[in-house]
Formats: sequence, structure tokens, C-alpha cells
Amino acid sequence: MTLFGYRVPMMASLLVWCVVWEIVGRLDLIFLLPPFSDVLAAAFNLVQTSSWQSATVTTLRAFATGMALSIVIGVPLGVLMGRVKIADDLLGMWVNIFSSAPLSAIVPVLMILFGFGEKTIVAAVFLFAIWIIVLDTRAGVRHISPSLIEMARSYGASRPALYTKIILWAALPEILAGIRLGLIRGVKGVVIGQLLVAIVGYGALFETFSRNFRMAEFWALTIILFAFALLIAELIERAEAKVEYYAGARQ
Amino acid sequence: MGATALRNGPSPVPAPIDSIVEVRGISKTYGNVEALRGIDLDFPRGKLTSLLGPSGCGKTTLLKIIAGLIRADGGTVAINGKRVSAPGPERAFVFQDFALMPWATVTRNVAFGLELRGTNKAEREETARRYIAEVGLAGFEDKYPHELSGGMRQRVGLARALSVDADVLLLDEPFSAVDEQNRRKFQEDLIRLRTNQNKTFIFVTHSIEEAVYISDRIVLLSPRPGRVSQIIEPEIDRSGDPERIHRDRHYLDTVDEIWQGLKQYVE
Repeated sequence: MTLFGYRVPMMASLLVWCVVWEIVGRLDLIFLLPPFSDVLAAAFNLVQTSSWQSATVTTLRAFATGMALSIVIGVPLGVLMGRVKIADDLLGMWVNIFSSAPLSAIVPVLMILFGFGEKTIVAAVFLFAIWIIVLDTRAGVRHISPSLIEMARSYGASRPALYTKIILWAALPEILAGIRLGLIRGVKGVVIGQLLVAIVGYGALFETFSRNFRMAEFWALTIILFAFALLIAELIERAEAKVEYYAGARQ
Repeated sequence: MGATALRNGPSPVPAPIDSIVEVRGISKTYGNVEALRGIDLDFPRGKLTSLLGPSGCGKTTLLKIIAGLIRADGGTVAINGKRVSAPGPERAFVFQDFALMPWATVTRNVAFGLELRGTNKAEREETARRYIAEVGLAGFEDKYPHELSGGMRQRVGLARALSVDADVLLLDEPFSAVDEQNRRKFQEDLIRLRTNQNKTFIFVTHSIEEAVYISDRIVLLSPRPGRVSQIIEPEIDRSGDPERIHRDRHYLDTVDEIWQGLKQYVE
């Protein structure tokens, strides 16, 4: 973006919107929208409370567990579907359905299965994140040049060596892209799960703030969550950039 | 014919003394396309034999059957008298599209065959360095494939095949993805390499000039179904300057002769 011939950095537009928020908030048009400075102050206070800290620990733990599970199960499943036609025929339909289905509708069922606790949240993260990881891994494995596999075979690669030394590496750019998208979906999963269960972590906080019309804190929590989601997406993107050079180099 | 020794017909060729690869009655069908029918061939030890023919004659299929990468429908392949049906350490393959690992350095790519065999790191890197120098890539050990030109990438592929110390090198149109200048240079290097390395080369190409230029023996395959139509042994002196071969009378005669034979398959 350029303004009067000057290059304006990307963050500047964010600043403009903060100013707009501040002005609208100060005009006191809708009580749902307190001034941005109030939100910032609320955020500053919020992070010092023990309720926020323990909610964050709970949320992060559920998120990390759910993500770890979906990566550990999703990547091998995607590799399997990419390599074995029968597995692809059997599972392909379901993976595609789940990856585009409105999964929020299933969360109440998870509550019945796993109870009103952290297990449900972990299951929600897992359910939101895994499908795109499976699909991207599968696409990456499908993309591997057949001659690279023939090369490994002709030089005597055992089956495990073929997978660990060739297939996983050759599909790595797609696997990482899948994990990045999975992380973003996982954030949705953790928030929706907690909101529906409403007595765990951020869900409990959101519930408290909105029920008591503590809008500044409500927004502060939302912003913290958004910032967190953007941050992890950014981190994975950096890792992706490191393997990008060979995503294009493969034919 | 004078300059060349000719043997005609698809009938079994009298076995030359000391053949390292013996192909007997190999046939292969893809769906309802018969790619190869009853191939009998012997590849003499220490020689460079080219499989030459128009596209669709099954030359790459035959090479991959010898490599153990494709299973034949019938017939046998024997290396050093032993029947084989899977890849083995006595054969090394050079791929048309190089088949390098883009995430690995030149050294690791060259050493990959040894890595799969469990050779320890120091030893295999030492061997790799020697062959990287042998193919003229000294100084590029730590580069990645995407930093190299097509010609250099294929040199990496060749060094990888040399480093496993196989008796037979199988080359599948190795220069077809390399630009013309590099190809000429590469062909000259291959002639030089053959005199240094005591190995048997089986070389697939669709270029008549290339086949005549580098081969001790040329197997002409006819298409649909692929069959041996002729075996030619160009008697060209390759001891001197490789540049001179292109103007050699025997070279030019042989190229012309093969072209006359292949013409009928070109629409």
C-alpha cells in the first residue's frame, strides 16, 4: 500500500482500524463496543489474573494434545492413502466429508462421549484439525515423482527406508502446509469446544464476560486468541519457507 | 557394410564370449499393448551396449526389467550367471530425470546408495567425494540439486551410480533432459570414463548419433511389439580426441546405415 508516494507498512492499516475503533467506542453508540484503549487496559489487567492464567494453561494443554494427536495419526493416514489404493478408496470419501462438514454440530455429541471436561476439548481440536492434514499429506505423497521411488528401490532401499528417507521428505512441503491449516482449524476447535462445554478454560471466561456484559474483557480475550492463532500460523509458515526451495524443484 | 559387423534377424544371437547380462525370452504386455516379445540378448562384459529404437519399442521397459524395477511377464534375466528378478547391488541405475533428492546435498545424493547399504558416514562421504571429482563436480559437494544445471545434476546421478561399485551401469536416456552443448561434453566424458572404469554399460537412447558415438555395440529394437531387429558393432577408434569421432568415416557410415534401417518405422 502506498499513500502520497510513501510506502506504508502492512501493520499501518491495522493501526487505522484501531483508531476507528477508538473513535466509535468513545462516541458511545453501542455499549457492545467499548473504546479500544479500554480493551487494551482490560487485556493488560486480564493477563495478570490467575483465572486467565489457569484458563490459558488448560486451553494450551488441550490444544497441544489435540494437535499432536491429529499430526501423529493424520500424517501416517495421509501417507497410507497416498500409497495404497484400497485405503484411499475406503477412507477418501469420509475424509472429504469430514473436512468440509460443519463440525461444530458434532461437538455436543463429543460431550456425551467424553464428558464435560478437557477430553471433549481435545477431541474437538483433533476432529477439526486432522482432516486437512490427512488430505494435504495424501496430496504430497501422490505428487512424489515415481522415478524418486524407483531410485530408492534400485539402490536397495528397504520398505522402512523408502518411507523415512524418501516419501516423508518428498512430501514434506505439503505435510507442513496441511499442519499449518490444521493448526488454524484446531484453534477453532478449541474455542468452539470450550464455548459449548462452557466450564473449561477460555470458554468459561467468555461465558462469564459475555453474561455479565464485561465487553472490554470479552474483546481483550478475543484479541489475545486471534493473536495466538496468527502467531502459530506465522511460525509454521517460516518453517514452510525453509522447505519451499524444493517444493518447486521437484517435478 | 565393411565398417560394421552385422547380424540380422530376431533369432537368438550367438552368445559372445563372457557376457555379464543374459536376457532370455523376455516378454511384457501392458494391457493389450505388447511392449516386448521374446527378447534374447547378451551383454558382453566391459562393453557399452546401446538399446536404440523409435519411441514405443520398449527399450526403457527392457532396461527397467534388467534393473529389476519392472517385472517381466515371461523370460529370465541373469547377471553373472545368476537369475535376478529384483534390484541388486551388482546393478546401478541412472535416471532420465536424474531422480535426485532435492532436500539433500550433492554429497548425500551421491552417497545415498552406500547410505542404504549401511556404510558408515565418514567412509561413504569419502567415496562420494572421490566420484564427485571423477565426474567433474569437485567444489560442488555441499550444493543442492536446485543450485545445479541440468547437465550437472545428471553428473550427480552418474556419480551416485558409480559410487556403489556395481558391475553393470544401466542408463535410461541420461542425456535427453540435458541441453545440446552439455550433452556433447557429457558424451565425451562418458567415453573417457569407460576407459577408466572397468564396467559394463547398458545405455538406452533414441539418438542414432549418440548411440554410434559412444557404443561398442548397438541393439536395434523394432516397435510394436518390441523385438531385436539388428545388432551392430561399430568399429570406431575412440582412443584419440573424442572430437574427431564426429568426422570419422566409419561413424558417419554407421549412422547412415542405421537411419536407413529405422526409416520404415517413422511415419
